[in-house]
Amino acid sequence: MNPVVDKVAKWREEDKKAALATVVKVERSGPLGPGTSMAVSEDGQVVGSVSGGCVEPAVFEEAMTAIETGRPKLLTYGISDDEAFGVGLTCGGIIHIFVERVDW
Amino acid sequence: MSIIGRWRALLAEQSPVAMATVIEGPDGSLGGKLLVTPDDHEGSAGNEDLDRAVVEAARGILEGGKTETRHFGPRGQRRMEDVAVFVQSFAPPPKMYVFGAIDFASAVARVGKFLGYRVIVCDARAVFATRDRFPSADEIVVSWPDEFLQTADVDRRSVICVLTHDPKFDVPVLKAALETEAGYIGAMGSRRTHNNRTARLKEEGVSEEALERISSPIGLDIGSRTPEETAVAIAAEIIAFRTGHTGGRLAERSGPIHAPAPDVAESPDAKDARRDTAGATRDSR
Repeated sequence: MNPVVDKVAKWREEDKKAALATVVKVERSGPLGPGTSMAVSEDGQVVGSVSGGCVEPAVFEEAMTAIETGRPKLLTYGISDDEAFGVGLTCGGIIHIFVERVDW
Repeated sequence: MSIIGRWRALLAEQSPVAMATVIEGPDGSLGGKLLVTPDDHEGSAGNEDLDRAVVEAARGILEGGKTETRHFGPRGQRRMEDVAVFVQSFAPPPKMYVFGAIDFASAVARVGKFLGYRVIVCDARAVFATRDRFPSADEIVVSWPDEFLQTADVDRRSVICVLTHDPKFDVPVLKAALETEAGYIGAMGSRRTHNNRTARLKEEGVSEEALERISSPIGLDIGSRTPEETAVAIAAEIIAFRTGHTGGRLAERSGPIHAPAPDVAESPDAKDARRDTAGATRDSR
């Protein structure tokens, strides 16, 4: 049983909009491997995670945007000072996260 | 049923399933989704030609229990890079076979469950191979270990722990284990037991090369004494074997902690097979 998939399926049954964020690539050192995922519902519930907590707040915002617009997006997070929003990983890795609204 | 609903249902019944997602590609193609099982598929990556290519690739990836990104042309062409498809496998949990229903086996069964294995404990002695002694095991089998192993479903992700340390049992079961593709085979025993067992296996015609596949004495050298400590040493060795690491303290090393995933596709010999050993990958449940 996968708690993220389980939760998203449940939200969809309740006609609640949801977005799924999945780690699709990790370069150098990264806390969690490809396939790790986090989901967000339109009312702001969160299940799962995509890093050691470093980028979750930023991914949450992107997920909420995806829920609104329906536009999927490939995000990249690296070391803090490379990032416009100052969001980054302290471990020095780069992670690529795909965020999509679940309407399938 | 929606794709997400079907995905959940397949995961719940532990059926193999791969999810393919278009993560890079021409405008409008992003987020294309295909659910792929060994027998059918649902959804679309964009067009029929691309779907055909993605389904084929996803089935191959699912068979190896991998998660990776593949590239295609807009119509599924190979050797083109326009479309990137992320394929995530959800394979049933790998199996851990534990032979010898002793106290050490109970601890190894527990740590095996903790790591995400489906744990099967086997012993010929019905008084020892009981549910009371192995509450965490998925299956408890009363049978001669070698006979059981000959009919068991062992693949490259499987691990085999022979804890009987009795020549009557462990020589035949190790011979049977060497006939399988198991990614890890470990055998418990003191140095003396090990030497004696190695000699007997050689007498039985087992080659030096085959003997090298057996981790004996089993476990990493961390000074374990109790069954629980020994189980941790065994678990650590199983993980290190899969990742191609040797153990030791990170504090005394430099370099990356998470080494890149080894390429296991090159050849099926024992060295590569062992890297493919199971463990709790993020994709197994």
